[in-house]
Amino acid sequence: MISAAEALKDFQKITPKTIPLVEPFSKGHRACQGCGEVLALRMVAKAVGMDMIAVSATGCMEIISSSYQTAWETPWIHVAFENAAAVASGVEAGRKALIRKGRIKDAGAKVVAFAGDGATADIGLQALSGALERGHDFTYICLDNEAYMNTGIQRSSSTPYGAMTTTSPPGPKSKGQMTWKKNMPMIAAAHNVPYVATASPAWHVDLMNKVKKAVTIPGPAYIHIFSPCPTGWRCGPETSIETARLAVQSKVFPLFEVIDGQFILSRDIKKPKPVEEYLKTQRRFSHLKPEDIAYIQKRVDADYERLLKLVQVTAPEA
Amino acid sequence: MGRRVGLEVSLACAEAVGLCNADVVAAYPITPQTHIVEHLSELVAEGHLDAEFVPVESEHSAMSCCIGSSAAGARTFTSTSSQGLALMHEILFIAASLRLPIVMATANRSLSGPISIWNDHSDIMAERDIGWIQTFAENGQEVVDLTLHAFKVAEDKRVCLPVAVNLDGFILTHVIEPIEMPDQEEVDAYLPPFEPSQSLDPANPISMGVVGMPEIYTEAKKANAAALEDSYSVIKEHWEGLAKQFGRTYKPIETYRTDDAEVLFVTMGSLGETVMSAVDQMRDDGIKVGQVRIRLWRPFPLDDFMEAIAGAKTLIVIDRALCPGLPAGPVATELRGMMYAKGAKQYVANFVCGLGGRDVTRSQFIEMVNEAQKAAASGEEMSCRMVGVKE
Repeated sequence: MISAAEALKDFQKITPKTIPLVEPFSKGHRACQGCGEVLALRMVAKAVGMDMIAVSATGCMEIISSSYQTAWETPWIHVAFENAAAVASGVEAGRKALIRKGRIKDAGAKVVAFAGDGATADIGLQALSGALERGHDFTYICLDNEAYMNTGIQRSSSTPYGAMTTTSPPGPKSKGQMTWKKNMPMIAAAHNVPYVATASPAWHVDLMNKVKKAVTIPGPAYIHIFSPCPTGWRCGPETSIETARLAVQSKVFPLFEVIDGQFILSRDIKKPKPVEEYLKTQRRFSHLKPEDIAYIQKRVDADYERLLKLVQVTAPEA
Repeated sequence: MGRRVGLEVSLACAEAVGLCNADVVAAYPITPQTHIVEHLSELVAEGHLDAEFVPVESEHSAMSCCIGSSAAGARTFTSTSSQGLALMHEILFIAASLRLPIVMATANRSLSGPISIWNDHSDIMAERDIGWIQTFAENGQEVVDLTLHAFKVAEDKRVCLPVAVNLDGFILTHVIEPIEMPDQEEVDAYLPPFEPSQSLDPANPISMGVVGMPEIYTEAKKANAAALEDSYSVIKEHWEGLAKQFGRTYKPIETYRTDDAEVLFVTMGSLGETVMSAVDQMRDDGIKVGQVRIRLWRPFPLDDFMEAIAGAKTLIVIDRALCPGLPAGPVATELRGMMYAKGAKQYVANFVCGLGGRDVTRSQFIEMVNEAQKAAASGEEMSCRMVGVKE
């Protein structure tokens, strides 16, 4: 199999002027106003194009896109909550066998799995790990809105420290979510897959280029997309993109790629905004005390420092 | 013509899948299914079978992967057992609901706990309502023939449903039997390549697995159940085709020495062969006993069954699993319910035996006849009896 670098040799970047006009994910969905997740999903679909075969985990995006009518203009399958990666590996394996046997044509279809953070970091982690390890040629998109939003805002392992959810309520004996957010991109990268990236709908061209790279590179790819949920985060529907931007600018959600094991920052945050500025946009953090915010700031800084070190140590020798 | 060989039944099962030219095999190892998937991976590695062998990380993913590959239009096979089947549980229903012709060999084994790797029917009896066609093999030859038949039925456009072929763990899977393996040309004549009516193809996009809102869910379930019921005639048709192609005849309900029999054993799976030998011995002693064997479990061939038991006074229903909290095992519970609706008058005795690999001997079957006849004569209401329990 060719390396990621080789596969990207003639990579044609998407620019603001060349954003694909196709809409594989289109009208007819019932997402909430201001949903950052469905916006990210639409950008992913545009970047993949009409050759996409989409596999959805159960969750918001599955429910809002397939009741009464379908919003999917390309082939789409939904099976269950925890198995999008396993279903995608089956689609890939089936097509591979049929193409080899000359029973279907290889028209360059791209298998793309979509799942929320619960379906990825919690219940579907095993299926995802298996599919990444086996090396199927597919792209896995985690649309991370940091809780089980479809069932009513329950905490997941991807919920950030301090956040209020319906199963991590703050109180005299609780600060809200008491654990640090699980680092899914690092877990995916530990599988030594050719391509891992984080992305944000606030940087839509960057997001689409990452998706395009993911489907261009043979083998498994993982993209973790920050997906603001105004309903669950208790913020205005008009603030989704602003919130997503602040998450990056405050180093809460750094944008980077891991190509063939090399960590590359998509955006170095030299003058970071205080974490507090990000937290205060959402009422899920409104109960936090100054010392809680100081703790979060400290850990966010430390995580970012570690990422910078990874960028340094994995850089090719000059 | 095929060739008669001595072959372990698991290997014969894998060879049959190879003869069917499966495109994808996705499986996770579990005793006693292991030899089936080991041999399939060998067939792929040696180049005898051009397929993708997907060594998934769990049975849940095995069935999920099978759904993906079948939806992509590939002929798809898996095999599992016991805890693995239980882990698949959630996804089995969805495979049937998506109308995907997946074929699965189920090497029947007990369920934990306590953990036991040995044979009974606890695993599959917990999966009665998954919406799959389910058959039970009695010997190695049946495993081979039912596997060919499974693909033929599953992929028939009048059916489009998954099929589970049940074979008893160890008692069948690990035993070498004389089996007539068909030639490739014969199988090709019986089973043409899979041509799905629809698949995940960007040239012709479809959405699979959409939400069933209350306005449509009931109708979707009814259509699914009707498809399973309607598969009965196609199942029989393709057994007739199998008889023509390979010379071996299969029926939904098999009978053995049922003419003039007053007492009938009702069995499923490999235990039936021991029962046949017990029937022979009792017939020699002048006891009017026979056997009815359920080969087709879903859809249940009720009319065939009623016809087979028409002349009998007493049934001895053998269960290889328990229904805790009910007075009978799963097979007897179902049969009593269906027979009641048909106004049947037979006395139904129920014995649970052979749990977790416990042997059941010929003499124990003979003792069951004595017990059942005594109970029938006294008209006592008979709860299921567990055979050979050490108390």
